[in-house]
Amino acid sequence: MANLSSNLLLVAFILYLVAIPFFGGAIRQKKGLQKEKSFEKWAKIGITITILGFLSQLGFFITRWIVGGHAPLSNMFEYTAFFGMCLVLAFILIYFLYKTSVLGLFVLPIALLVIAYASMFPREISPLIPALQSYWLQIHVSTVALGEAILAVSFGSGLIYLVKAIDQSKRSKSTTWLEVIMYSFVAIIGFVVITSGFAISDYKATYNYIDKNDAAATMEYSMPALFGPHEWEIVNKGDFEPLLEVPAIINAKKLNTVIWSLGAGLILYILIRLIIRKRIGALLQPLTKNINLDLVDEISYRSVLIGFPVFTLGGLVFAMIWAQIAWTRFWGWDPKEVWALITWLFYAAFLHLRLAKGWHGEKSAWLAVLGFAIIMFNLIAVNLVLAGLHSYAGS
Amino acid sequence: MKEVKCECGHVNPHGTVLCESCGITLIEEKAQGKLHDMRYEGSARRSQTYNKTIIDKIWNFFSSVKVGVWLIVVTLIASALGTILPQEMYIPTIMTPAEYYEDQYGWFGKLYYQLGFHNLYSSWWYLVFIASIGVSLVICSIDRVVPLYRALKTQRVTRHDSFLKRQRLFGITHAENIDETFEKVKGNLRAKRYSIREEDGNILAEKGRFSRWGPYVNHCGLIIFLIGGMLRFVPGMYIDDIVWIREGETKLIPETDGQYYLENKGFTLEVYDKDKDNQAFSEAIENAGMVAKNYQSDVILYKKIGDSVAGEEAKLEKVKEYDIRVNEPLKFEGFALYQTEYKLDELSSMSFNLVNKSENEPLGNLKIDLNEPETKYDLGNGYSVEIMSYFPDFEFNDDGEPRTKSRVPNNPAFVFKMLTPDKPDGEISFVAIQQTVEPFGDNEYQMKFAGIETKDVSGLTVRKDLTLWLFAVGGFIFMVGVAQGAYWNHRRIWIRRKDNEIWVSGHTNKNWHGLKREIGMILDGSGIHEPEDQLQDE
Repeated sequence: MANLSSNLLLVAFILYLVAIPFFGGAIRQKKGLQKEKSFEKWAKIGITITILGFLSQLGFFITRWIVGGHAPLSNMFEYTAFFGMCLVLAFILIYFLYKTSVLGLFVLPIALLVIAYASMFPREISPLIPALQSYWLQIHVSTVALGEAILAVSFGSGLIYLVKAIDQSKRSKSTTWLEVIMYSFVAIIGFVVITSGFAISDYKATYNYIDKNDAAATMEYSMPALFGPHEWEIVNKGDFEPLLEVPAIINAKKLNTVIWSLGAGLILYILIRLIIRKRIGALLQPLTKNINLDLVDEISYRSVLIGFPVFTLGGLVFAMIWAQIAWTRFWGWDPKEVWALITWLFYAAFLHLRLAKGWHGEKSAWLAVLGFAIIMFNLIAVNLVLAGLHSYAGS
Repeated sequence: MKEVKCECGHVNPHGTVLCESCGITLIEEKAQGKLHDMRYEGSARRSQTYNKTIIDKIWNFFSSVKVGVWLIVVTLIASALGTILPQEMYIPTIMTPAEYYEDQYGWFGKLYYQLGFHNLYSSWWYLVFIASIGVSLVICSIDRVVPLYRALKTQRVTRHDSFLKRQRLFGITHAENIDETFEKVKGNLRAKRYSIREEDGNILAEKGRFSRWGPYVNHCGLIIFLIGGMLRFVPGMYIDDIVWIREGETKLIPETDGQYYLENKGFTLEVYDKDKDNQAFSEAIENAGMVAKNYQSDVILYKKIGDSVAGEEAKLEKVKEYDIRVNEPLKFEGFALYQTEYKLDELSSMSFNLVNKSENEPLGNLKIDLNEPETKYDLGNGYSVEIMSYFPDFEFNDDGEPRTKSRVPNNPAFVFKMLTPDKPDGEISFVAIQQTVEPFGDNEYQMKFAGIETKDVSGLTVRKDLTLWLFAVGGFIFMVGVAQGAYWNHRRIWIRRKDNEIWVSGHTNKNWHGLKREIGMILDGSGIHEPEDQLQDE
């Protein structure tokens, strides 16, 4: 059953991948997007495959739940994979509201990246520590994931807006920032490629070092150490000698992974630029040719409106109720809590700017991008870098 | 303060831009665009009308959304700063915070500490930002909700031409059978759940007006929530304490006015076993080494009955038995006891045999309760032992004198006086773990170590929070308001006959795409053209 579960996730991944070109085909056929009454053939196939993929991933989720005896929402892999699934669900819902194939062309690749990223973390089914043994686990975590996924759709359509609206004929601040977004996608691909590459080749190197409490410790790397831990010493002769040494306060292994991923991403990005001979933003721009800017702006805004209450409910209200039960207080300024508050404040500011200051269109699209960056920061950096009560989700 | 009488006869408050009733422009300079700014219906907002006294200025400052957004952004950035390094409450207590931050994080840590960022969320300036947001919420809401309510209540069906023309959705159709067309459209509007008002044959169809109150409802919720936060500072509203209870011990629960006692029947720590628990976990357990499964204190709660004098043992009545686990606190009378800490295998008793050194035969055995040692133990046959001094947590101080670090028996040491038939004055011996000192020369008798017993200790957080219900009410109202504002739209469609023309205007507070689609369906087949989106022509 555990094998069946992993296979279902793989099937879902492949189905999402297959669905993308169909949405690509659909936008080439479409002319007036707004008044389309019947499904286009290509889009129809695309959305069907997407739904099949979603069902397959749902199967992964349910079987894993049955095997483990608890909702698979308890660590980085499980949460991130679930977030990817919610993103697909949110896309399917918004698709039926607005019938925009181009959204699939942007949101599905993001969902794929999210799931691939998730798979880089330990995937074994782990037992629940006492603090997690509560029905609030599924209530709180699933609502947060759903809320964040809906907000991520706002990012997806904001991105479409930017790709279309930004003038690619000359270099500007906007084109540069858009390339920064593109590079971050490529860097995630870089992370996935590097991590799986070294995992397949079964690379291992162990170093003795002195930790921040001045105690001797060992650290096992799964990729060659560009950055060695504090006062490192090679355990097995012939292992790679670190180029630089970091102070004890910094986790050398994590930093090393980050640098490898960013580096791999940079090489990939340069390669892509050399091949296509223009900005990635410019490469994608023709895909958005037929899209109505007002419509994507509206999708972006509505996703925030739909997602904000869901996020508040899951990330703050349910979170506080559970924290009161498990941790004796509903609020304790734990980094994850603070970043949930920051996310909430940010989207509150977004809504006020839009409603009262008339920030529509491009400004609003940039805000949607920034909001997603905050959500990703909370998912990635807060779990892995800023240690707190939630850091068991990191492993 | 003079009121403005409109040509339609309605009397508007001073400062009204668009007549509340017919919508004609009253203040030209404030309504100059091609389209009307419909955000607050052109109503008279105090902040837009008065700017003379200091109260006006404060009011106008806090009622500005721009200021509100700045306050949110500044709070957001400040909150982020507090997560760079752990806050004081999360650092270990091995050294003072000042030392800890510098020791762990170098100059940056020192700076962080000096700036007070180690306690950022309770710093006065952070609280000032939160309070300003609160003030802004109140003033913003009052400034807008009152005039908006008036305007929406007084609006009439027949609006002035200029009002209709300057709506974002607007269109004119020439038509012949106006009556018939209107009947059909009215049917469609009803099917879409619009409430319809008619006047002189004109129509105002409206739905979802209550979504306009969403923002104000959620602001109310937030204000109640913030009041809950303020109440925290009132003594007695919030209690945060911890009680350590050894297995088998009954202890007064702090902060309960001497009313409640708790007995700890036993503490359990369970870890997952890869052979006995779910097989699916075996890989994870192997990787992690040890995974905790359960922390549990089995307790009995007692309530004191009657009055007792200090020193006298209280009479206790059993209230309930409960197994306190993480996520399952024991609740009583507004208090909750949480399983938060534990200490395994604390020494609870030590046993010794009194022996004659030359014979090495035990002459008697004594078991000392390390938390409540007796002063004298009678071993029979004329043998007895006195405890002259007891150091539960023994160490030598700087002068080489024995002393105790704490009252917890981490490292017990005793000064015994052994009274035996042949040494009636007694021999004195100092006994600590792995160590015996005979200060007055060689003794004939010896206290020989015979074993220890240990007990677990449960650390339970004692919590009382009388402000919780306010947070719950505030949070609930916020969620209602935010859903109200986000999931419903306020849509209005004006259909007006003008000779043999039909004028259609539409307004919504959001989701124009949805309104356009709906108007399309309502007008479908009626012969009336869909109104144009005047914003898109630009």
